[in-house]
Amino acid sequence: MNGKEVHSVNPVAPETDRIRLLIVDDEEGYVNVLANRLEKRHFDVTKAFSGGDAIRAVRGQDFDVAILDLKMEDMDGIEVLKIFNQMGLDMEIIMLTGHGSQEAAREGISIGAFDYLTKPCELHELIRKINQAYRKRKKSE
Amino acid sequence: MIKDKHKKYYQSLTRNMILSAIIVSFTPMLLVICILLHQFRVSYHEKTYAHLSELVQKHKQNIDAFLNEKLANIRFLAINNSFETINNNDFLQEKLFNLRRDYGNLFVDLGVVDENGIQLAYAGPYGLEKADYADAGWFKKARQVDSFISDVFLGLRGYPHFIVAVKQNGSGRGYLIRATIDFMAFNSLVQNLRVGKTGYAFILNREGKFQTNPAMDYQPNHSGYEFFWTAVEKTKNKILITRWKDDAGIENLYAVGSLKSGQWLLIVKQEAADAFSDLKRMLNIAVLIFMIGGVAIIFMAFYTSKRMVKRIRRADKDKENMNQQIIETGKMASIGELAAGIAHEINNPVAIMVEEAGWIGDLLEEEEFGQSNNLEEFNRALVQINTQGKRCKEITHKLLSFARKTDSTLKDVQLNDIVNEIVSLSAQMAKYNKVIIETRLQKTLPYITISPSEMQQVILNLINNALDSMEKTGGTIRISTKISEVEEEHIVVIVEDDGPGIPEANLLRIFDPFFTTKPVGKGTGLGLSICYGIINKMGGKIDVQSVIGEGTRFRIWIPIQK
Repeated sequence: MNGKEVHSVNPVAPETDRIRLLIVDDEEGYVNVLANRLEKRHFDVTKAFSGGDAIRAVRGQDFDVAILDLKMEDMDGIEVLKIFNQMGLDMEIIMLTGHGSQEAAREGISIGAFDYLTKPCELHELIRKINQAYRKRKKSE
Repeated sequence: MIKDKHKKYYQSLTRNMILSAIIVSFTPMLLVICILLHQFRVSYHEKTYAHLSELVQKHKQNIDAFLNEKLANIRFLAINNSFETINNNDFLQEKLFNLRRDYGNLFVDLGVVDENGIQLAYAGPYGLEKADYADAGWFKKARQVDSFISDVFLGLRGYPHFIVAVKQNGSGRGYLIRATIDFMAFNSLVQNLRVGKTGYAFILNREGKFQTNPAMDYQPNHSGYEFFWTAVEKTKNKILITRWKDDAGIENLYAVGSLKSGQWLLIVKQEAADAFSDLKRMLNIAVLIFMIGGVAIIFMAFYTSKRMVKRIRRADKDKENMNQQIIETGKMASIGELAAGIAHEINNPVAIMVEEAGWIGDLLEEEEFGQSNNLEEFNRALVQINTQGKRCKEITHKLLSFARKTDSTLKDVQLNDIVNEIVSLSAQMAKYNKVIIETRLQKTLPYITISPSEMQQVILNLINNALDSMEKTGGTIRISTKISEVEEEHIVVIVEDDGPGIPEANLLRIFDPFFTTKPVGKGTGLGLSICYGIINKMGGKIDVQSVIGEGTRFRIWIPIQK
């Protein structure tokens, strides 16, 4: 479906450049469906199913925004965030948390994450946050 | 039932407190009173005896002096006058007059008696010239010695008197100068001697006859009298003090001293009760004080013990209430943790479902399904999925804010069921911590009557703690149940991990409320203290063993009710 011109009723129109997204979550089903839906909305999506995957992905490619689940089997989202910070990546991060773990989310924000969303979240809300993050990144350039 | 048990406990507590208070107060009081009384009694006896002894000694000397003086008077008369001079009624009359002038009516008469007992000369009121004393007892004795003092006797005149006689030799023959001493005058020497209310003095001769008029009616008991003589002879000149029961059964004190070279006994007799009346009074006062003190002590013991037990009871009740509160607080905390875990687990699949529905929606827009008759129905179903997904989210959120009171009603339960339930609840959380939970449950456990919710809470708490301790490292939690071999009639549940272990200093405080090693805001420090409280309430016990680097083992014993 990539490259195909789509007349869509998306609430948020994509920016001029395709935003490069990295989705990190150990729930493969979630990552896949989210990637499909976001690609359909003209985002350039890369999937990572674990903290390790995510780190490998950022080594090979630049991203504008990463969506990071905070609770994963191999690595805590906060740990991943810290590693990203160490790598000095020019990338905004939106965290996904469960209800009741906002503390971790706040911790993430304190060490440089852009914002967080509680799972499950509305797609349009996620896209709005992605665009906000992207705009912020553009501004800081 | 429990109330009844409590009541009995407090009753026995009260009783024990009263008893110990009474014993502790009474024993020293009793000891002090007894010792003081004994000391007082001993010294009072000594004092009384000393007083009596001194009295007798003094009077003994007085009487001896009196008798010797009278004897000396007569001896003086005998030595200074020849037989011729003295054998004259007028001369005697003059001498008697002089003596009476000096000593009052003490001297009754004077006489000169020859060795045959015939009174040669006489001065006195009875006209006893030529009286024959040859058979008189006193004469027979007086003839043997130089000077003589007779016992009291009635004699020829029929009036009690005694005789003082001195033997002289003159004009080739022996003769006696004798004087009669008035009994009443002599008697007054002794009769005035009174001790206390019942004490009086008298003089006995060898035959046990009164030499004085006793102030009271008294018949000397013969054996007692013999005893006095032998005792006095043994103690020589000392004063003998003894206690003796008379025929009427009254105990008397006797102070005895010898007179007249051991021929008479001066006896002071006093009823023991009278002599020791002060002691008796003292004893009565002591008993009275003891009784008043005793009543006061008993009253105070009852009063203070009841008050204290009342306070203890109130404190216990407060403590129980507080424990209940702490348990409630802890319950909420552990349920909250559990709920957070479940919520997260549910959120993921729900999120996927909702997103997949959204994806279908996206695809429906893209393809040319517009003509499909069922398009509207598809869209309705997708909206419904979305709505229900949101509902799930709400439910998980509610679950997180949910804090129900743990049900503490007792049920007959199989402990293994509870363990399995909790293990399956914790499985997901364990998976995230890379912890494996193994169970080794004895299949033949009997049913026990406990509150399942509370037991769940305990086991959940132990598992959560183990999981927390192995958060970074992962590991294994082993849960086993079996009939205890250490404690009779108990089931033991062992929850052990191979985590980092607990330092010994913390081990001691591990069951203390609000003791926690987690950072502020992460743990309440109530979990284990609640477990402790719950297990205690069940009548069981809980302990912990831990080795740094090897792991921690909690053991819970729960009694099996018959």
